[in-house]
Amino acid sequence: MAETLLDIRGLKTWFATDDGLVRAVDGVDLHIDRGETLGVVGESGCGKTVTARSVLKLIDMPPGRFEAGEILWRGRNLIPLGQDEMDKIRAREIAIIFQEPMTSLNPVYTVGYQIAEVLQQHEKLSRKQATQAAVEMLRLVNIPNPQKRVHDYPHQFSGGMRQRVMIAMAMACKPKLLIADEPTTALDVTIQAQILELMQEMKDKIGMSVMLITHAMGVVAETCQRVVVMYAGKVVEEAPVEALFGNPRHPYTQGLIRSIPRVDRAAEHKERLEAIPGSVPSLLNPPTGCRFASRCKYAMDVCVRGLPPLKEVGPGHRVACVL
Amino acid sequence: MTETLISIKNLKKHFAISSGVFSRTHDYVHAVDGVSFDIGKGETLGLVGESGCGKSTTGRCILRLIEPTSGEVWFQGADVTRLGTDALRQLRRDMQIIFQDPYASLNPRLTVGAIIGEALQIHGLAKSRKALEERVVELLETVGLQPDHLFRFPHEFSGGQRQRIGIARALAVEPKLVVCDEPVSALDVSIQAQVINLLEDLQEKFGLTYLFIAHDLSVVEHISSRVAVMYLGRVVEIAPSRALYDTPLHPYTEALLSAVPIPDPTVKRKRIMLQGDVPNPIRPPSGCHFHTRCPIAKPDCAQRDPELLEKRPGHWVACHYRG
Repeated sequence: MAETLLDIRGLKTWFATDDGLVRAVDGVDLHIDRGETLGVVGESGCGKTVTARSVLKLIDMPPGRFEAGEILWRGRNLIPLGQDEMDKIRAREIAIIFQEPMTSLNPVYTVGYQIAEVLQQHEKLSRKQATQAAVEMLRLVNIPNPQKRVHDYPHQFSGGMRQRVMIAMAMACKPKLLIADEPTTALDVTIQAQILELMQEMKDKIGMSVMLITHAMGVVAETCQRVVVMYAGKVVEEAPVEALFGNPRHPYTQGLIRSIPRVDRAAEHKERLEAIPGSVPSLLNPPTGCRFASRCKYAMDVCVRGLPPLKEVGPGHRVACVL
Repeated sequence: MTETLISIKNLKKHFAISSGVFSRTHDYVHAVDGVSFDIGKGETLGLVGESGCGKSTTGRCILRLIEPTSGEVWFQGADVTRLGTDALRQLRRDMQIIFQDPYASLNPRLTVGAIIGEALQIHGLAKSRKALEERVVELLETVGLQPDHLFRFPHEFSGGQRQRIGIARALAVEPKLVVCDEPVSALDVSIQAQVINLLEDLQEKFGLTYLFIAHDLSVVEHISSRVAVMYLGRVVEIAPSRALYDTPLHPYTEALLSAVPIPDPTVKRKRIMLQGDVPNPIRPPSGCHFHTRCPIAKPDCAQRDPELLEKRPGHWVACHYRG
């Protein structure tokens, strides 16, 4: 068994809003082992991004707060840590890249300055050393002509190139875990393929683990070893990637996989897509029982009464469903 | 092939770039650079390509929401590009559009009833207030919404429901052609399947013709009978959708298809990785626009423009060396 890097146990991240308490993450358990890529999938508002940001404590508090649970990073709980201690973990041990390469870079500084800043802050390099290292990072992520590009501003880069810059910045301190929050969602397919390949390359070079947050099942199938499916603030299924796609057990996972049109399957062409009826429940007053019950075609009385716990159905395959 | 409903001939749209005190035009963005295709009655033509390839501009030029620079759009015996204001208004009854962003395309100050009823009033299609209301309720039910949604405002609806409102608005005037401009791109997969199924049902029920613009190749393949692939303002390939996906002829189509992630970890494919980004449409490359990234480009590709030719029955491709 590989070493567990990150172990999230019973995490609840809630937000106080004018309308009431939003239970964005409501009891999430997941873990990431050394060297693996874990996919976290789910639709908008299922809590996948909040889970990721909770790990680095990038949640504004208030309105947010950790209601319960532990985030164990190599055995140490991150939740009680203060700003200074978190700064030692951010970038050097856990780095993050965001969905929007357009808005997550500072438009008034050159990309070289922004990468160098990370290195100065965390690796205590001098300005000159850091700039030199920034050039090397840009070269590493295959940006052509890095000596010149290091002095360019974010607006002088295309979307794909900006995401490369973000990856360079995240990789600068050789973290042990990279959290990638929808890294390719804003990009075209051909550029997405380039970025996913680059992430794989970086992972092999540095030997880090990746937590890939996405809503695209195709991306998960092609890049992850293990997958966690989230729905309305909870984990509904966790499985090795082959088991998840080959034998999905939760009705929500089944629905997700069946509702995607497939380019590669001629036989299914013109068949009706299996849509999941209805929409995601509000997290203000989540239903008491299984949160998927109102949209589930197999729902029974017992589903509405109590929350089904995650139970083991195969090696590494856990599902939260009474069936 | 069935009767042709609309025929686009050598459509061009060059946006002027002007700057300075006198706003002198010094350059043009070649957004659409000579596009021709036909759409048969009751057919769905998919239009795919990456951001900035001109697919949305093409759709809007057909409806004259953007004035084309040159070219012809033949619809019901008239060239749409030459119509006067009155004739154009008449025409808009027959051609409608559904937009991508269900958050930005509905007026937040109008009730759903007013949004859907507006077109009916403008075209004088409702004789009385009562008739108007009945018709709007009928439309709401057609797209799977409730009659009591009539007096609600757009912000009270989810993304999928808003897209249904957009569809009801387009259907209100009983159009023949509906341009669907990325209608499901902003939606979650489970909701996306609902909207795709709805569009298919409506097509069957009302005999609609769709121009379906999207960047998601799996969605386009699913819904379209024929697909046109655009790159930098030009159509590079048109074919029946199965033929396009089974035997793509243009190297760009091939690369685009191989970049689509398949939601099945057991499928392993060879990926054709395109280098670099899409060139700047202000100065598109000479000859074949794709030659700068093409894996099979030869020296003369930079000199000669490839013509879109029927290389196999119904399968048109613009490449000197394929087909």
